[in-house]
Amino acid sequence: MNGSFRMCIIVLVLGTILLVGGALAEKVESLGEHNADRLLIATTTSLDATNLLDLLEEKFKEQTGVTVEHVAVGTGQALEIAKNCDADIVMVHDRAAEDKFIDEGYGKDRRVFGYNYFLLVGPEQDPAHVTGLNGTAAFKAIKQAAATDPRVVFVSRGDNSGTHSREKLLWKKAGYDYAEVNASAWYREAGAGMGQTLTMTQELQGYTLTDSASWATYESNLSLVPLVGNDENFLNVYAVMRVNEEKCPDVNTDIAKRWINFMISDEVQDILSTYGVEKNGVPYFNPGRGSADVMGVTVEETSDKVA
Amino acid sequence: MNDLLAGCETAIRLILTADPEVLNITIRTLQITSSSVGISAIFAIPLGAVITFRNFYGKRLLISIIQTLYALPTVIVGLLCYMILSRSGPLGELKWLFTPYGMVFGQTILIIPIMTGLTIAALQGIDPGISDTIRSLGASHLQFLKTHLREARFAIMAAIIVGFSRAISEVGTAVMIGGNIKGHTRVLTTAISLQTSMGNFSLSLALGIILLAIALIINLFMSFLQNR
Repeated sequence: MNGSFRMCIIVLVLGTILLVGGALAEKVESLGEHNADRLLIATTTSLDATNLLDLLEEKFKEQTGVTVEHVAVGTGQALEIAKNCDADIVMVHDRAAEDKFIDEGYGKDRRVFGYNYFLLVGPEQDPAHVTGLNGTAAFKAIKQAAATDPRVVFVSRGDNSGTHSREKLLWKKAGYDYAEVNASAWYREAGAGMGQTLTMTQELQGYTLTDSASWATYESNLSLVPLVGNDENFLNVYAVMRVNEEKCPDVNTDIAKRWINFMISDEVQDILSTYGVEKNGVPYFNPGRGSADVMGVTVEETSDKVA
Repeated sequence: MNDLLAGCETAIRLILTADPEVLNITIRTLQITSSSVGISAIFAIPLGAVITFRNFYGKRLLISIIQTLYALPTVIVGLLCYMILSRSGPLGELKWLFTPYGMVFGQTILIIPIMTGLTIAALQGIDPGISDTIRSLGASHLQFLKTHLREARFAIMAAIIVGFSRAISEVGTAVMIGGNIKGHTRVLTTAISLQTSMGNFSLSLALGIILLAIALIINLFMSFLQNR
């Protein structure tokens, strides 16, 4: 075809792009504020599934006028998003991964705001007889029973989440090589979030590790039972930190600092101490205030305001 | 079975009571999807016309590549767009990640190949005799193009419907780029996958029914347009 045909197409394309583009920009704008004035949190699924963050975000907005939003992913992905400078705050529960994140210069001003416990849940019949054992003994019992009893199955998150890395640590503490465990036929890697992993565990009538907040959220849909909890190795500590402005100049530093201080404030700590009690009898997350020794962190980490 | 029945029941209740959150998610889904389809059509239809009516070296290969891209996994599109839109990526300045803009961007990239490919198929499907007749009657290029687009309008409409269907039903791109943020980037598919992961199967099913109902309405509307 010749030049005029080409011109005709170009004019057609550009013309419509301009027209529709203009109309569209206005239309999409109404879907929500543009993100210049928002604080974005990359966080773990348990904080989201309990609706705690929705509540806190609302309170924070009332006080400061700032819109806070969160993407709920596993701890691994949350840290990755933050490394790419796509979030201002990270709220996770994997001390070792957090330390690495801070050491590499991505994270700053970590404060510990709460804790709960991991739980080993499984079928009521408990074919591996883990009831009454402590954490590492229970993991040993599962591996040994699985060698002879095909009913014994362990379902892993397998998604580099905080829960997954705790599970890996527990296999190690029980004296096993994780690579070997991972290659076993009785070990199923779900590669999914907590809810899906619990559903899969239920279908397979297997065992899995979960945190008490997620358990309280999903429990009603499941026939699994908690078998082991309250072990020193099952402590689950939640921390908040901000993304270092030296690595990511675009982050919302001032508001991020305010959010961290908000999380350790008496107001939020009071909310934590009651949130979920009505439904479960215990809070989803115990407040970090005054529990530094329980969590094995310094008092400063639970209470020092970020300047 | 109980979940199935409960799902239908929940769907009917959510629709009848116009549940505000479901309504909000549904409207957002429609806004994002129709924006993506609109933008894609602007690129895909002219692109398809150019590829059909021009002869150039590698044309067949190009068409094969476009058709191969029909199979683009939505998660891969999501991941690529994530890397492009991330603040550490080339278009990070736009700050579109975890916003509806980003989702429109991703879905547009996802459906442009399929809409382009189907446009090519639509235009190629026109009886070559018609092309010759039009040319021999001394039509200008614009008239030539207009006649062809009119001849192929049903098939092009089908291309748009297929693009719409792929955009409204995909979850990989929406969750990677949108982040499934409540009240901001949560659409029907990401809400379904969230509710499924939380074990609320009947609510998921209800949302699925709502999504299909929307698709049905859109299709009825399109066929009404065609018959006019």
